Amino acid sequence: MSEKVLMKGNEAFAEAVIRGGVRFYFGYPITPQSEIPEFMSRELPKRGGKFLQAESELGAINMAYGCGAAGGNGFISSSSPGIALMQEGMSFLCGAEVPVTLLNVSRGGPGIGSIQPGQADYNQVTRGGGNGDYKIPVFAPASIQEAVDILYEAPEIANRYRNPVMVLADGLMGQMMEPVLLPEPKPDLTSADIPKVKPWAISGSEKGERSVVKSLRLQPEVLEAHVEHLFEKYAEMEKELERVECESLEDAEVVFVAFGTMARLAREAMELLEAQGIRAGLIRPISLWPFPYAAFDRISDKTRAVVSVELSMGQMLQDINLGVKGRVPVRLVHRVGGMLPTSIEVVEKTKKILEEVR
Amino acid sequence: MKPVFTVTKGMLPVSTSYCPGCTHGVAHRIIMETLDEMGLLGKTLGVAPIGCSVVAHQFMNVDMCEAAHGRAPAVASGIRRVHPDKVVFTYQGDGDLASIGMGEIVHAAARGEKFSTFFINNGIYGMTGGQMAPTTLIGQRSTTSVDGRTREQAGMPLKICELLATLDGPAYIERVSLDSPAHIRAAKKAVRKAFEVQLAGKGFSFVELLSTCPTNWGLTPPEAMKRMKEEVAAYYPLGVYRDAEV
Repeated sequence: MSEKVLMKGNEAFAEAVIRGGVRFYFGYPITPQSEIPEFMSRELPKRGGKFLQAESELGAINMAYGCGAAGGNGFISSSSPGIALMQEGMSFLCGAEVPVTLLNVSRGGPGIGSIQPGQADYNQVTRGGGNGDYKIPVFAPASIQEAVDILYEAPEIANRYRNPVMVLADGLMGQMMEPVLLPEPKPDLTSADIPKVKPWAISGSEKGERSVVKSLRLQPEVLEAHVEHLFEKYAEMEKELERVECESLEDAEVVFVAFGTMARLAREAMELLEAQGIRAGLIRPISLWPFPYAAFDRISDKTRAVVSVELSMGQMLQDINLGVKGRVPVRLVHRVGGMLPTSIEVVEKTKKILEEVR
Repeated sequence: MKPVFTVTKGMLPVSTSYCPGCTHGVAHRIIMETLDEMGLLGKTLGVAPIGCSVVAHQFMNVDMCEAAHGRAPAVASGIRRVHPDKVVFTYQGDGDLASIGMGEIVHAAARGEKFSTFFINNGIYGMTGGQMAPTTLIGQRSTTSVDGRTREQAGMPLKICELLATLDGPAYIERVSLDSPAHIRAAKKAVRKAFEVQLAGKGFSFVELLSTCPTNWGLTPPEAMKRMKEEVAAYYPLGVYRDAEV
């Protein structure tokens, strides 16, 4: 039976992917997500799964690649600098069409940065740091419940498209506690099922035709055809995986754009502005790729400014501008380095912006 | 008439892309013949490296995947978790394993991962055109050490069997050479032992196969064989570095 429990973000994330069918975890300790490998080391062996602490993030992503190539439902979690180290592996996963579920509990940068929450991984996760033409769907939940629901679904999405899927939760999400309703566990995929369910996987199962999982295609025409095939998949993902929540866009004088925990802060700012007689709306991208550009067509004629609220120097602005198409001024309210804006700070800065664009 | 020799089903009936006199073909064949003789072809999963043998999966007739440069032991560790009852091996060159992939091989060995690694040591980067490898001998010319490797400039060559033998994790470590029919027969025995150790659940097994690269050594195939036997094996002594009862 489903049950509502109070859980810390990182532990809820781990429980959700196990219930979503993940049985293999490969990880390397990094703040602020180290509760995840700790949880997995305790729980997976009890649930018919395997936990392996990797020697590095490079090891972890490549273990997950081997696991996925062999047909297993694998999961890895890390935080910003660790995700940076995994970029080569992500390019390989996409090129070889290997499904894996990824979780980035992001922190401040650049470099080792800080261990405080940050959203400056936006470009890293939506543009990708690996080589070649590839895309990875990225979901940015704003509550632990939403994170649980997406992580529960993510292994299935990864398998459907034979592609990695990433969930981006900033450090706040990992460390906070909220009540969550945990979904029913999905059935196990046993190693005996793999040749039937995933005939493309390497399984050493004498199933007739042998399997080869690879990204190397030395003949240019063969690689070109493969990349075109990948992009047919990505076009399909753009149609199927775009997710967005819009609030109070009609009559809004100002529209906030924010994802993850910053969307919650923007919601508080909306209420405070409302009390001062200023109508505010919100576009909350849940999928960062595919980005919900079409949602920006719903911005009304009454809107005088679009304000992005981010824990980065405005990495989402490029996408917002593509959605707004120059119809309304786009501005940024941000803090970085692990500093968090207060809702009052957002309200004051927004009022100043509204004066400027008057 | 009774055939005196049949080609193993373990090798696909295609020409390899390896240069004349290169011993990749010999190494491929003894590994695949061994799997065939042990009845393991349909139960085996292999991991190909980056380097000349990135295309090993075009020749070896088992389920295979590629790994990023040096990461084959991590990939095999992942595969092993999903298929605990299958046979898993990695096939890696010296640039792949002893340079960029040193972290992965050391940790897989230390964990006592239940797979086998076949390490092709020809002392040079073949595919990229003959650059110095961590296993290039002192005095050996390469495109990044044109006057010969020096200790002052590039340090000393790495002895991987000896290094891994300092760990408690591995179950079986042997260095063999592909320089003569007698040594190739001995190499095949070592390959068989590596798989037997894996099947017995004893842990990590590792066979280093001294190999030639006539193209990048700038030698004819017979000269390359002679150099391997006389110079290379002098620095990399053949033998068992960790033994296991099977």
